[in-house]
Amino acid sequence: MTAPLLSVRDLRVTFPTRQGEFQAVRGLSFDLGRERLAIVGESGSGKSMTGRAILGLVRPPGRVEAAALTLQGRSILNLPERQMRAIRGGQISMVMQDPKFSLNPVMTVGQQIIEAYRLHARAPRGEARAKALEMLRAVQIREPERVMDTYPHEVSGGMGQRIMIAMMLAPGPQILIADEPTSALDVSVRGEVLSIMDNLVKDRGMGLIFISHDLNLVSRFCDRVLIMYAGRVVETLPARELHQARHPYTRGLLNSLPRLDAPVDRLAVLQRDEAWREPDPAAARADTDLPGGL
Amino acid sequence: MLRVEDLTIWFGQPPDRIDAVRGVGFDIAAGESFGLVGESGSGKSTILRAVAGLNPNWSGRIEVDGRPLRADRRDRAFFKTVQMVFQDPYASLHPRHSVDAVLGETLRLQGMDRIDSRIQKLLDDVGLGRGFRFRYPHQLSGGQRQRVAIARALAAEPRLLLLDEPTSALDVSVQAEILNLLADLRAEHGLTYLLVSHDLAVIAHMCDRLAVMQQGRIVEILSAAQLRGDAAEAPYSRHLIAASLGR
Ligand SMILES: Nc1ncnc2c1ncn2[C@@H]1O[C@H](COP(=O)(O)OP(=O)(O)O)[C@@H](O)[C@H]1O
Ligand SMILES: Nc1ncnc2c1ncn2[C@@H]1O[C@H](COP(=O)(O)OP(=O)(O)O)[C@@H](O)[C@H]1O
Ligand SMILES: [Mg+2]
Ligand SMILES: [Mg+2]
Repeated sequence: MTAPLLSVRDLRVTFPTRQGEFQAVRGLSFDLGRERLAIVGESGSGKSMTGRAILGLVRPPGRVEAAALTLQGRSILNLPERQMRAIRGGQISMVMQDPKFSLNPVMTVGQQIIEAYRLHARAPRGEARAKALEMLRAVQIREPERVMDTYPHEVSGGMGQRIMIAMMLAPGPQILIADEPTSALDVSVRGEVLSIMDNLVKDRGMGLIFISHDLNLVSRFCDRVLIMYAGRVVETLPARELHQARHPYTRGLLNSLPRLDAPVDRLAVLQRDEAWREPDPAAARADTDLPGGL
Repeated sequence: MLRVEDLTIWFGQPPDRIDAVRGVGFDIAAGESFGLVGESGSGKSTILRAVAGLNPNWSGRIEVDGRPLRADRRDRAFFKTVQMVFQDPYASLHPRHSVDAVLGETLRLQGMDRIDSRIQKLLDDVGLGRGFRFRYPHQLSGGQRQRVAIARALAAEPRLLLLDEPTSALDVSVQAEILNLLADLRAEHGLTYLLVSHDLAVIAHMCDRLAVMQQGRIVEILSAAQLRGDAAEAPYSRHLIAASLGR
């Protein structure tokens, strides 16, 4: 058995507040192989904080603690910012929800991809430019030469997100963390952006952490799903078995969705249970199981 | 309840005039719920804003409850009939106004009496307990804020509600609560809805009929049954349906 790309044990993210300490992530454990792992849950359940903690992006006074946080066997827990910067973008990249906020508005698309690549590859400009064009082609942008010279506000949302993916994948990271990468996009272009991302991740044998609140989307697009509630994983499932989920929280979320293929008179409303907040001893091991074969 | 004929809506003045909506038409019967779907930028919000009297730059005909709306004049009776609820419950409430102030002010603007008991009734109607009356927006969750926005729209006792992506910013569990609430309110008060959503399943659940829009035009008007039964004909509608079924 090979070591996982990323291993997370008992991750905690804590913020001091006026009412005392608030734990946004409360003891999360999982391993990531060369697979597409989804983290789903409602807003506030700690999905983004998990991604940010892995990348060392939780700002003080927030604190990150873990029994282990390792990237290919090497601890990356609370590394000095200089070392973390080399990992960020180089070995682990992140794509956020809205390309409008992640792209620099005063730099052309080409300049940004070239800069991002050179930061990690230390390549000469000419080579970096060739790489940028290659990446734009890889995310299926037609006329990449022309797009290189455009500014972010001149491109559509779907194209902006493909540009982000091109930029993040240029340095050849092993892991991509995508935080709601298609939530700001139209339904009609979501599929396209996802399949481009999917193909790149698969071709390069990368690991993908796909953060989303959309259960149907992740059941189609990912291999494995962690369902988070109040900072913890309540259930881990193979994605194609999501609709057979057992945990009442997961079932409640699924049942509350209106469906095109199954009309109902009234939508089911989620009845929350305090017990969901506490660890389920029987589930403790399941969180860290790797998919078959890894 | 709402009749729209050959409606064109533009922004800017010639030569920079852009027609965001071009010659659309549809009818909504009293008590009916009608959906608008289409990609972003196709003109859905622009139609709602024109019907709400928020954009005077239009031509064609808009009739509410048999009375033509005039682009050049807003009248109070009209605004009692038509109210709008926006997507973002965070942006649509003033951060320094309590729930009580928001509802009280709206009621006074509408020239209502018995403000105190009406506020209580509105909070009951949208399923917010009395405890919420003196809270500020930052003390409310997204779903609670959207309930306040709905209560504010109901304050004028409208007959037509224009709902612009009212649950798009909410979690699915909260979306279910708000959609149930909207369905109950429609039944109780005999309301007519014009609902915009990018989610076809939401539209199918909430609406009797819907219009599919693309680039400022309506490409097709369908019943919810036709939508569910895969009976859409326009290629763009079929594309949207396939995308939302994940095909
Ligand atoms: N700086 C902060 N101080 C206190 N609490 C915070 C801070 N940042 C985020 N949180 C809280 O952490 C929780 C998890 O947030 P987040 O990971 O962004 O949720 P998600 O991405 O699942 O919607 C939320 O309850 C949020 O309010
Ligand atoms: N205030 C405005 N000024 C200029 N153009 C606008 C304005 N509001 C909307 N538009 C344009 O009108 C078109 C339709 O927009 P909108 O009705 O908001 O679309 P939708 O709600 O379907 O996403 C878009 O091309 C948009 O850019
Ligand atoms: Mg988030
Ligand atoms: Mg809109």
